[in-house]
Amino acid sequence: MTAQTSRRSFLKGAVATGAALIVGVRPNGAFAASAGTAAEINPFVRITPDGVVHVVIKHFEMGQGTTTGLATLVAEELDADWETLAVDLAPGDSNRYANLFFGSQGTGGSTAIANSFMQYRQAGAAARAVLIEAAAETWGVAPETISIEKGVLTDGTNSARFGEILDKAATLTPPAEPALKDPTEFRLIGMDGLPRKDSRGKTEGATTFAMDVRVPGMVTAVILHSPRFGGTLASFDAAGAAGVPGFVDAKALPNGAGVAVYAKNTWAAIQSRDAVTAEWDFSAAENRSTDALFAYHRDLLNAPPTYQTREGADLAATAAAVDGAETVIEAEFLFPHLAHAPMEPLNCVIEPTENGVKFHDGCQFPGITQPVIAQVLGLDAANVEVNTVYAGGSFGRRATPYADYQTEAALAFDMLGRGTPVHLVWTREDDVRGGYYRPMAAHRAKIGVKDGQIVGWDHRIAAKSILKGGPFETVLVHDGVDEVSVEGIKDTHYAIPGLSVGLTDAQSAVPVLWWRSVGHTHTAYAMESLIDMAAEAAGQDPVALRLSLLSGSTDDQKRLTGVLKLATEKAGWGAAPEGRFQGVAVHKSFNSYVAQVVEISVADGAVKTEKVTCAVDCGVAVNPDIIRAQMEGGIGYGLGAIMRNQITLTEGEVDQYNFPDYEPLRMSDMPEIEVHIVASSAPPTGVGEPGVPPVGPALANAIYAATGTRVMQLPMSENGVEFA
Amino acid sequence: MATQIKVNGQTRDVDAPPDTPLLWVLRDELDMTGTKFGCGVASCGACTVHVDGQPVRSCSTYLEDVVGTEITTIEGIDSPAGKAVQKAWRELDVVQCGYCQSGQIMSAATLLTEVPRPTDADIDAAMSGNVCRCATYHRVRAAIHHAAEIMEG
Amino acid sequence: MRCFLLVVVLTLSFNASAETLRNPAEFSSIENPDIRAAALFQEAAKVFQHARCANCHPAGDRPGQTDEGRPHSPAVIRGEDGFGHPAMRCESCHMEANRAASGVPGAPHWHLAQASMALVGRSPGEICRQIKDPEQNGGRPVGAIVMHVAFDPLIKWAWFPGGDRTPAPGSHQDFVALVHAWIEAGAACPND
Repeated sequence: MTAQTSRRSFLKGAVATGAALIVGVRPNGAFAASAGTAAEINPFVRITPDGVVHVVIKHFEMGQGTTTGLATLVAEELDADWETLAVDLAPGDSNRYANLFFGSQGTGGSTAIANSFMQYRQAGAAARAVLIEAAAETWGVAPETISIEKGVLTDGTNSARFGEILDKAATLTPPAEPALKDPTEFRLIGMDGLPRKDSRGKTEGATTFAMDVRVPGMVTAVILHSPRFGGTLASFDAAGAAGVPGFVDAKALPNGAGVAVYAKNTWAAIQSRDAVTAEWDFSAAENRSTDALFAYHRDLLNAPPTYQTREGADLAATAAAVDGAETVIEAEFLFPHLAHAPMEPLNCVIEPTENGVKFHDGCQFPGITQPVIAQVLGLDAANVEVNTVYAGGSFGRRATPYADYQTEAALAFDMLGRGTPVHLVWTREDDVRGGYYRPMAAHRAKIGVKDGQIVGWDHRIAAKSILKGGPFETVLVHDGVDEVSVEGIKDTHYAIPGLSVGLTDAQSAVPVLWWRSVGHTHTAYAMESLIDMAAEAAGQDPVALRLSLLSGSTDDQKRLTGVLKLATEKAGWGAAPEGRFQGVAVHKSFNSYVAQVVEISVADGAVKTEKVTCAVDCGVAVNPDIIRAQMEGGIGYGLGAIMRNQITLTEGEVDQYNFPDYEPLRMSDMPEIEVHIVASSAPPTGVGEPGVPPVGPALANAIYAATGTRVMQLPMSENGVEFA
Repeated sequence: MATQIKVNGQTRDVDAPPDTPLLWVLRDELDMTGTKFGCGVASCGACTVHVDGQPVRSCSTYLEDVVGTEITTIEGIDSPAGKAVQKAWRELDVVQCGYCQSGQIMSAATLLTEVPRPTDADIDAAMSGNVCRCATYHRVRAAIHHAAEIMEG
Repeated sequence: MRCFLLVVVLTLSFNASAETLRNPAEFSSIENPDIRAAALFQEAAKVFQHARCANCHPAGDRPGQTDEGRPHSPAVIRGEDGFGHPAMRCESCHMEANRAASGVPGAPHWHLAQASMALVGRSPGEICRQIKDPEQNGGRPVGAIVMHVAFDPLIKWAWFPGGDRTPAPGSHQDFVALVHAWIEAGAACPND
């Protein structure tokens, strides 16, 4: 198949330079190609002399499928051979690998495909253009006559693999705006069953997570943290650790947050920490118990809300409308703190370099880690290197605006004199008890229903702000309103007359953070439960009421209607099999639209979630199988938390310690799941988070249908629901 | 004072106290990092290895427990069931973050060795000790059934 | 109702503390051997009903766990031989002895008692009658029961459970003495 001339040029190229073809973007935004590793080009695509296409993945891989997704975009435009295509995780470098929605490098908000869709396609198309031009010049034919099939260029007479024309291609300048395929020409985008790029390594135990990084001379550090949030170290005694084989040292963190305990290996570090005792100053700590915290949140709802978050809303008018209604629904919902508990506990390795440090980290926000660590260690941010490795889940926890665990690593590294590589490891206990939780939240709603219609809705939320005081405050806090405290309700697409959404920030020393789908974790539960309650009061079918509230003409309403109709049709809404009960919810989050019908059975009073039928509209479905996987995973993640997860405090101390009392969803809890994807040509939107919000309220609505019990405090298992 | 253990058919010398969990012997002494640390209290199954063919939680097994046994880890699993499971896992793209999957695969391999045609109830019973926070359970179940078909040929 | 709740709370807290067993000699004043045997068994039943014993003598196919006897997590099952599902055996986690590293308890041949020997939810009288019934107790004559409770290391474990688990009441020796005295007295059972 390969012409002899081409074979020779491949050998010559390989011998002459051994260099790769690199296609990337110049700082001015123009595409460029180069041989070798020219620094002025941001590499997105590297083609090595062996013809292997390497796609540089700017979004870390925590399981959500970015390595496959971004590679698909390049491979599509380049018509690369999927089987041999390799993925390289991009190093930390916000100048080159910024999330185009954030302006710095980071993964989150279900934006990876959405912000990369054009960029990675263009990178693939730019590479394609120079390869075709190189082949055309080599063969003396017109570029239009050349096509590419699975990494092989051909004009019908000649043919060459990518590796054979690299030298020539590297001398060419790609077009400023490389031509992209028309969607009708897509072969990989939208292809069902395109194999994941990370499957092989992960099924052979060969994938490197931060936990697996080994650097010569490395010691392990674990931190003895304050047992109460906001407590500071008064004194400690490490004498007991002296006898632990492998114990190295114990030092107080300079910020008072705890004691770094060092040892030659992980187990020795864990044992050594167990032998260290400490005294703490709790004067500024959160010393309340969960009951008191809930009471405090509920009290906040009694007063007029600090913020009216809905433009044009008038609380007095809403109150008057509600008072004038035939039926008034009053409901209060309470949501506990939740830990993310990714399978790989937080950890990272920090080692010295000539001018600074290098992290090996499943790093979600290099754009934050680098400047924060630079400040902690007094370095230039350019000298804080980040080697991004695979992350064993995150669900928001690694997306820390404060680089909390990397800072611990940096401090531990600094205290050892900056010459010894340190592996900072959190145990599962640290993870469960370590804060940065989904905030506790309380909702109270008063809804007036008259003549079968909602006439007024006073909704109030009290929750601690995730964003205030952090680097995202300027972006996502508007007029005092932390958007993620109210997202999903204040911006509802239901046409609800007289909707007022009030917000009052709660204050607490418990650190809070985004947890897969952020505010939607609680707003969707409250909203979609309340819609069912309103439907009952209005004498309407829950789906019929939703459809009528979405009957307007906005794009959002049409797409919500689309998924609702699809999910209910596929689930056989209203025609559940004998002994099964259905509940429904529909919600927009991260610019995607998801409806779910949950079907349960109840035997001897115990609820079993039998089946979830899910419909999703996320625009162009780049990788349908990954979209399905993310819906399945989102449903499972949400379900487990709704069923039985809570972090509680007793006088400030976390009651839970590990999986046995922060019991994750397990195999036998997992329902059958059916995912239907709406065909769409709209720009692609998120899938990592949007599967989570609807499952809780859909389950709650099914439980109500089966038992007449409305679950208004979570988790369900602690509030009257027994699960099989 | 070195202790000898046999991992994936190879005899290895380990210089660690006898009550060191096998998990940390594998990961930190032998640099075999495919076996994962998830909870340390035998609740999540990420550290599952085979000792004389049976799955055990290596975080709850001491070095002294495995002297004279045959230990198999994800890096060395080459039984027909193990191979079929890995193949099925890839064909159905079970993995997401992948951190738990070594343990899932070790448990699934034993299940298919003991019960060649497992029912859903068998899968619930045999796999309930393996946590996946990405909740890939749906596909783990399908892949076990698929692996059973692969093994039948 | 308030009084009733208070009683429950007191009972629970009593169970959670290190409970004692009365010495068989304290029962010698009861002249009627059947009444004495019943009283001795009633005392020994504090052990049979304790979480350390009852957790692995469940009424269904899933053992209990912790002092509260909540369902075992993960959701393991009895299996045909009481040692779990063929691919999820008890010894996947439970070793020959307690493992401080993981906090997982262990003893030789860790397994579930046969279903007919369930202790959960049964009264002292019911437990007594099933213990004596060869159809239910694994074919043991009454006299052999004391050998079982005296020498089975898994039973002895109940008094050395490790971690923060509450040991079974009294001492193993006290318990064996009570069972022995009960048999000597004719092994009559409490009515309920």
